Amino acid sequence: MSDLAIRVEHLSKQYRIGAQIERYRTLRDSLTNIVSWPKRLLRGELALGSETIWALDDISFEVKKGDVLGVIGRNGAGKSTLLKILSRVTEPTRGYAEIHGRVGSLLEVGTGFHPELTGRENIALNGAILGMKRAEIERKFDEIVAFSGVEKFIDTPVKRYSSGMYLRLAFAVAAHLEPEILVVDEVLAVGDAEFQRKCLGKMSDVARQGRTVLFVSHNMSAILRLTEETIVLEKGRLALRAPSQQAVDYYLTSGFGQTGEHYWQPDEIPADAAPFHPIALRVLDTQNRVVDTVRSVEPTTVEIEYRLDAPITGLRVGIYLLSAHGELIFTSFDTDDQAQFERIGNRPAGHYLSRCTIPADLLNEGRYVVGVNASAYRVRRYFQDESALAFSVDAAGAPGMQWMEPRLGPIRPRLEWQIEHANEAGSSSLSAKNAWNFPGRGAQGGAEKPTEGKL
Amino acid sequence: MSRTSTSKQANTLATEEVIILRPTRGWAALNLRDLWRFRELAFFLTWRDVIVRYKQTVLGAGWAILQPLINMIVLSVIFGNFAKMPTEGIPRPVFTFAALLPWGLFSKALSDAGRSMLSNRNMITKVYFPRLIIPLSSVLGGVVDFAIQFVILLGMMLYYQIYPTPAVWTLPLFLLLALVTALGFGLWISSLNVMYRDVNYVLPFLTQLWLLVTPVAYSARVVPEQWQFLYALNPMVGVVEGFRWALLGAETPPGPNLMISSVIAVLVLVTGMFYFRRMERTFADMV
Repeated sequence: MSDLAIRVEHLSKQYRIGAQIERYRTLRDSLTNIVSWPKRLLRGELALGSETIWALDDISFEVKKGDVLGVIGRNGAGKSTLLKILSRVTEPTRGYAEIHGRVGSLLEVGTGFHPELTGRENIALNGAILGMKRAEIERKFDEIVAFSGVEKFIDTPVKRYSSGMYLRLAFAVAAHLEPEILVVDEVLAVGDAEFQRKCLGKMSDVARQGRTVLFVSHNMSAILRLTEETIVLEKGRLALRAPSQQAVDYYLTSGFGQTGEHYWQPDEIPADAAPFHPIALRVLDTQNRVVDTVRSVEPTTVEIEYRLDAPITGLRVGIYLLSAHGELIFTSFDTDDQAQFERIGNRPAGHYLSRCTIPADLLNEGRYVVGVNASAYRVRRYFQDESALAFSVDAAGAPGMQWMEPRLGPIRPRLEWQIEHANEAGSSSLSAKNAWNFPGRGAQGGAEKPTEGKL
Repeated sequence: MSRTSTSKQANTLATEEVIILRPTRGWAALNLRDLWRFRELAFFLTWRDVIVRYKQTVLGAGWAILQPLINMIVLSVIFGNFAKMPTEGIPRPVFTFAALLPWGLFSKALSDAGRSMLSNRNMITKVYFPRLIIPLSSVLGGVVDFAIQFVILLGMMLYYQIYPTPAVWTLPLFLLLALVTALGFGLWISSLNVMYRDVNYVLPFLTQLWLLVTPVAYSARVVPEQWQFLYALNPMVGVVEGFRWALLGAETPPGPNLMISSVIAVLVLVTGMFYFRRMERTFADMV
């Protein structure tokens, strides 16, 4: 009827959290409680606390057919809840949503896969779970197998598959669902680079066919590359809907206090992060003061404070550094050094500080975002917060500051330059009268030191 | 290639459906139409449960036979040799086995359905489908075991030279009653289990007690007349009596007791479905 794919109006979702807080003050209270006990039992209220949070709070937006809409927000901002409601997994507490067409999700890869069943059996089962008809599965079967590249093992139980094969097969089924609306949540978090490439490729295919895509990600460069428009969620509310570049800029620079440190609040730490418990992230200057603005010409320390409630083997804790536009500049882990990793293979429970130094003369002026990742490679990602803290870099004294022009690019390294004056004759010597007096490594034997600083 | 995809797309656009999501309040409709649309999924899940059940076991489907056989031996020894319960002239093994079949179907359905929501947690939290399918398919999964055991029962009857009564045609009706009972209680237990894991601990005791108030190891005629009405409130009484009556010609022919059992079974099923539907909306948040 219309060109609308999704319409969401005043959508809200309330969750009950925490432990039961119940105090009987009077006899009458207790009696009422006993009387209402069977009713509360049947409603499941006995096992749940009375404390509630609004995971989504009055969200309204529309998505037109064929649009690719990005959804970004910090941990606990309500992104997953929004997707769960739109894919009908859970009901909204208030509000209304209207979905035109079948919703498929790349989040669901491998849902219902049973380790004891063969690849062939799992394709049939998974297809049915995702809502394909049996005829549809049969028709696409060969295509799915070819796409997954596990032809040889199609009659082997998937528990014998490597994790890569498993993921490829699971993705192949999900990718052949052909939904009118595709929901992609954090595909980039799982699988290897090849798999991620495939996911993103599939997503842009879907978009090109004029279908609607909702793309939820923490990866700002993927958001920028794949979406035109993006909504930003903040604590369950819709903070902004804007062209993606603008939304990413907003997301990466807003919401950070100008403090140079970030303490994670309980609602920012997902329950599955345990036993890793992030406490704080700080940016420190050379005097170990917490600062919002650091100098480009001085080294800067980034400090992650965390607690392990149980020992973790193979843990690496590290940072991402992003520009304010969301480009990833680098990723670094505290056990990147092979020897260090072998020495601290198993980290006992306790309180930790992982600290690294960003060398002087590296970053350009501007605003930067630090993210945190704690994971065990190929085993588990404990915690990730792609944008925990922002800080500014002041370029005073940095190379090239004598020109008032802005230097583009996130880094501004101090490089050693040598300038050679090569004469037509063949670089015999440089004129002593030459006011520039460049050092050269020619006939004069490089006696003079580079004097770049005087230029 | 491109042509097929565009025509497919045109097709989906033409038949596009609009899904409205809004909070449901109070008692939701059962939405049986949706259930029907997902019937293939019910089939697939049943099939998965059956296939997976005996994978990586030495005896495989032999367990389906062995379990009730061992049960039969235990019950026959205890109730025959020690308690000396009468069997109306039917050889005790057949008498007990004929009751163990529907009982096994029921108790297995109960425990499987009870656990089903938790063991399928990753599906429930990720994809939409009518949740009723999960307990439904775990109940249906027991029918395959039942069929295998039924062949054994026929073999035993042949061995003891017992021939089915003319009323054997009613057997499917009693099987249906067993399934209705199992699904009804299964729905209650599975939805309660989502909220209270206590159910996991209560269920084994419940099943054991239930076995004692069901005429599996003894004949329902042992129960005194004045208690018969109360006794029949257990729908499995009607089922087990009916099985023995239709197959072996034992027990009381169906009468008021069966009526009571059937009414209770249907009542439990209908309330179970509505309760399940009501709780369904929060399953994904709580499971």
